[in-house]
Amino acid sequence: MGFHIDHICFSYEERKVLNDISLLLDPGHFYGIVGPNGCGKTTFIDLLMGHRRITSGSILYKGKNIASYSRKALAKEISLVPQNFYINFPFNAREIVMMGRYPYIPRFSPPSAEDIQVADEIMMKTGTKKFEDRYMTEMSGGERQRVIFARALAQDTPVLMLDEATSNLDISHTLNLLDIVADKVKQKGNTVIAVIQDINLAATYCDRMIFMKQGGIAAYGDTDEVLTEETIKTVFNVSSKVYSEPYSNSKKVAFIRE
Amino acid sequence: MKKIKQRNKGTGYLGSAWGAQTFFLFITLCIVIIVSTGMGYISISSADVLKIITAKLTGKNAFLSGMDALFPVVVMDVRLPRILTAAIVGGGLALSGCVFQGILLNPLADPYTLGVSAGAAFGASIALLINFSFIGSYSVPLFAFTGATITLLFVLYLSSSSGGVSSNNLILSGIIVASILTAGLSFLKYLADEHVSVIVFWLMGSFGSRTWGDVGITLLFVMIGFSISLFFSRDLNLLAMGDRTASSLGVEARRVMLMMLITASLVAAVCVSVSGIIGFVGLLVPHMMRSLTGPDNRRLIPASLLCGAILLLCADTITRAVLPHEIPIGVLTALIGGPFFCYIFRQKQMGKTSV
Repeated sequence: MGFHIDHICFSYEERKVLNDISLLLDPGHFYGIVGPNGCGKTTFIDLLMGHRRITSGSILYKGKNIASYSRKALAKEISLVPQNFYINFPFNAREIVMMGRYPYIPRFSPPSAEDIQVADEIMMKTGTKKFEDRYMTEMSGGERQRVIFARALAQDTPVLMLDEATSNLDISHTLNLLDIVADKVKQKGNTVIAVIQDINLAATYCDRMIFMKQGGIAAYGDTDEVLTEETIKTVFNVSSKVYSEPYSNSKKVAFIRE
Repeated sequence: MKKIKQRNKGTGYLGSAWGAQTFFLFITLCIVIIVSTGMGYISISSADVLKIITAKLTGKNAFLSGMDALFPVVVMDVRLPRILTAAIVGGGLALSGCVFQGILLNPLADPYTLGVSAGAAFGASIALLINFSFIGSYSVPLFAFTGATITLLFVLYLSSSSGGVSSNNLILSGIIVASILTAGLSFLKYLADEHVSVIVFWLMGSFGSRTWGDVGITLLFVMIGFSISLFFSRDLNLLAMGDRTASSLGVEARRVMLMMLITASLVAAVCVSVSGIIGFVGLLVPHMMRSLTGPDNRRLIPASLLCGAILLLCADTITRAVLPHEIPIGVLTALIGGPFFCYIFRQKQMGKTSV
């Protein structure tokens, strides 16, 4: 079950982006992917989603090769909150969230009562209901990101990919959204795979962490074990102090000016 | 604010407001077709036009009794082919513009963005220059269509990379290829010498002396294009959010994008090859319609098709029957459409509309 990633490589044109990655991602965990800019985190997510095809190796999802799934079938398994997006057309928030239900609605049918209910619930939970009538083109970056996040939640898939999904959000919305997905991991055994720049935020939510460097895995394991000063030094080449913090009941990383 | 509320009432796609709008546009189109058929050098009443069409459709010549014997000929052989061609081309250009704007994520794209018009113009000019008439009156359209298709394929080739095609690359490649072809076109005009007027007139577009054959060909292509576009219209909504997101929501992003590009370009190519280059319809109509139907392509595409048909037919009727001298339709659409576009663009800058 989950993802079985076996010696995968990926090259873009002539450039090798990912090099020989092997991992087992079990369901029911909140994974954090951390690493320097340009180390291949987004590409890695694209490969897991089947959006790009690996150059060599294999990715099995639920025991079947990811390439053998149809796009439609995958849309009911894996959803994505992308890192950056631009939208030039005046869809309103509600229409966008409803797009998350498209995989369940036949091409020319109106949404069912259930689809409408799911969308409503998600919009209440994410606090996007109050601007459901507003156009995406007229929202602030943070509001837009929340709508896109709500859209991915409406898709209601066992696996959720977050690609720096909270980078534009204030702390209260960040905690709100991550709490929603963390609950799903705990209660329904869903899987979240999140690229997160903020190591402390990752340490608060993720029970497992994947440190990437130059297209490979630098460290992988339970957050408590793998999040160490040495790992931070190897991956980011900065000095830090890692300690257990009782208030949040998680590990924290403190940095000093160099 | 009223408009926003309306749109949300029908959370589904076949909201009642949408149905009423489409029905209204369709009825308007029918009325415009009948009224414009009666207009011209010989004025025919709408009732007579209806009678003649019914007679031809049902084969009952009783409807024609007591009417000038010339009327049926004028309507069936002269006016209707031209009028229907104008309407179908208008619908085709608007449809194509709608799809281009959706795929290129750019509300300023139009059917000609990828150089389709330049390719068609170049092809047609070659046919006109060498006076190619091997297959009669279809020679120029055929050359135009071939030119447009080759241009499209070259632009796609130029802009594709291992990661598929990106909208920026497409627009850039389109501009580059179009400017090369424009230079080539100038050279052809230079070579044509005193023959140049034929090329110039073809380029400015005209619906004069269209036949039922033209009606049939354009109708076939536009209807096929319309069906394909409508079928994938929901996928087009998702593509507007980027190919990664579309992909995660179950769309074969690259395949749908390529197929829609080719469909829209071929529709545009057929339109250009029967009528010459008619600008602004493909740019303007989807813009206008988006403020009526919202950006959902399932509603926008049918509305644009109908509105494009109505507008281009009106423009053609103005130049054919209202103005003392017929002016090229491409010139007229640019003269009306250009300033109108400036107006709505300015409205947008002032924040009055969200389109």
